[in-house]
Amino acid sequence: MSPTPVELREVATVLRRDVLTMLLEAGSGHPGGSLSCVDILAVLYWHAMKVNPERPTWEDRDRLVLSKAHAAPALYAALARRGYFDVRELLTFRKLKSKLQGFPDMQKTPGIDASVGSPGQGLSIANGLAIAARRDRKNFRIYCLMGDGEAQEGQTWEAAMTAAHHGIDNVCAVIDRNHMMGDGNTEEIASLAPLGDKWKTFNWHVISVDGHDVEALSAAFNEASSTKGKPTVVIAKTVKGKGVPFMENRPEWHDRKLTEDLYEEAMRALA
Amino acid sequence: MPEMGLVDVHHSAVKLEATNRGYERGLIELAERGADIIVMDADLAGSSGTSEFRKRFPDRFMDIGLCEQDMLGTAAGIALAGKCVYVTTHGMLAAGKAWDIIRSTICYGALNVNICGADAGLSAGGAGGSRQSLEDVAVMRTLPGMTVVVPADSLEAKKATIAASRIPGPVYLRFAAARVPIITTDITPFTVGKAEVYRRGDDVSILACGVVVYEAMKASRMLEDNGIGARVINCHTIKPLDRAIISRASVETGALVTVEEGASIGGLGGACAEALAQTGRATPLKIVAIDDRFGESGEHEELLNTFGLTARGISAAVREVISRKKDEQPQS
Repeated sequence: MSPTPVELREVATVLRRDVLTMLLEAGSGHPGGSLSCVDILAVLYWHAMKVNPERPTWEDRDRLVLSKAHAAPALYAALARRGYFDVRELLTFRKLKSKLQGFPDMQKTPGIDASVGSPGQGLSIANGLAIAARRDRKNFRIYCLMGDGEAQEGQTWEAAMTAAHHGIDNVCAVIDRNHMMGDGNTEEIASLAPLGDKWKTFNWHVISVDGHDVEALSAAFNEASSTKGKPTVVIAKTVKGKGVPFMENRPEWHDRKLTEDLYEEAMRALA
Repeated sequence: MPEMGLVDVHHSAVKLEATNRGYERGLIELAERGADIIVMDADLAGSSGTSEFRKRFPDRFMDIGLCEQDMLGTAAGIALAGKCVYVTTHGMLAAGKAWDIIRSTICYGALNVNICGADAGLSAGGAGGSRQSLEDVAVMRTLPGMTVVVPADSLEAKKATIAASRIPGPVYLRFAAARVPIITTDITPFTVGKAEVYRRGDDVSILACGVVVYEAMKASRMLEDNGIGARVINCHTIKPLDRAIISRASVETGALVTVEEGASIGGLGGACAEALAQTGRATPLKIVAIDDRFGESGEHEELLNTFGLTARGISAAVREVISRKKDEQPQS
């Protein structure tokens, strides 16, 4: 049974708290871009995706390619809370011998569907999975969660062209549109607007939503599933650092280290 | 050496064929046997050797367009779903433009993607330096889990292509567009990771890979007429390197020459030097390769000549290491 919006929001809060605890413990990592995509991951793993945490390599499962690989803490928290591995493992993030590498490694972590790290590569991988699914007459879906900065990578647009040309409708790209990248605002560094129009011109079905509204996200993924003959991109408007007031919309929190005091303050905001 | 089933390279009727063609025949044989392979190309099917495959097995073929990075990434995704993929493009595009995807997605995930660098080495002749991939072997060799094979002729290219389907991780296969002598036969042994002695000799060993194995054979024959026994070893697999045969060659012949149609930095010569240095023996070694420069336009044969990658050039290198061997050996 699908969780209610209230339950999804509760899951998201738990994940945000996990992310902060992991980052404090690790002493490094990316808070801003992890917090901005937590609601998306909650809706994917608790509502949209057909998965079985007891069988992480189940052939017919839906897949997630975390193209914005620096948001690994958010994905690890989701996988742990969904039951892929013990929640206590989260405290080993970025540590020697850990299952939880700084960026996702499918060979180490149950539930990771593709190893990723270099930006702009995820959508090609998603397309490949989709092409293989089609050949095998399987109907699993592939979600590719991307950062908006990745739209500056050329390979993203190569893959966008490939997906549309081949009418790949089992891929759903999700763009975490938080308008921030490592060095500042995307529109000041290399503007992406009009982002939706760009994808439309590439023959994608475009859905724009509030990326923190779990009901809107659920509806968007349902619409994507029923869109045939072309790929769908969900442009999820988000706030970088969402849920922690002193991090929200502050580019410096892309990869800043948390202190104990700031951690306490952040956890109070997420109580 | 009849047990190797080699062709007598001095015979005038030696057949010529591009190793690109052997790749294509290997793919066709795999598909005919019913192997679940997918072949991808990036708008180079005409030159790289997949056009016949495309005609015969259209449902196993995908021309993705001029986007090598996306092709390698898509191949990674197809492999993630458990399939064996062959990706085809020019050597410099695979090893250059798409290297990051090969590294961060394919190798990091230990995926079953076979990457075929066609028209590699100097075989892109007329195209000149920007299109001649000389550094592909070096940059592919550094990648964890990557197997690197450089076949000597079109028959070996076919065997290597088929063998790659049985290797679970990524493989880089390097092929050439130039028509070069077929020196092996169907019965010549070929195992990935195992170098083969093609000519015996105890004075020096010539370790060669790719289309210049033929030149090494010719050099050995010429040297034999002058009383020099030059062992020829076909080191088709640069990684994993057959360290045992190199070590044996260094002990038994006391001098080594490596020959490759690629950069002198980090290729077969570099790999042999690394292996040799760590044995602790100071065996004289000469790397015959292209020394820290780009190629240039010209016919393939002219270019081999320019860079000393001919029987004559190899013989000169052999004489040099043999004289060093004598200088460096303590007189008893």
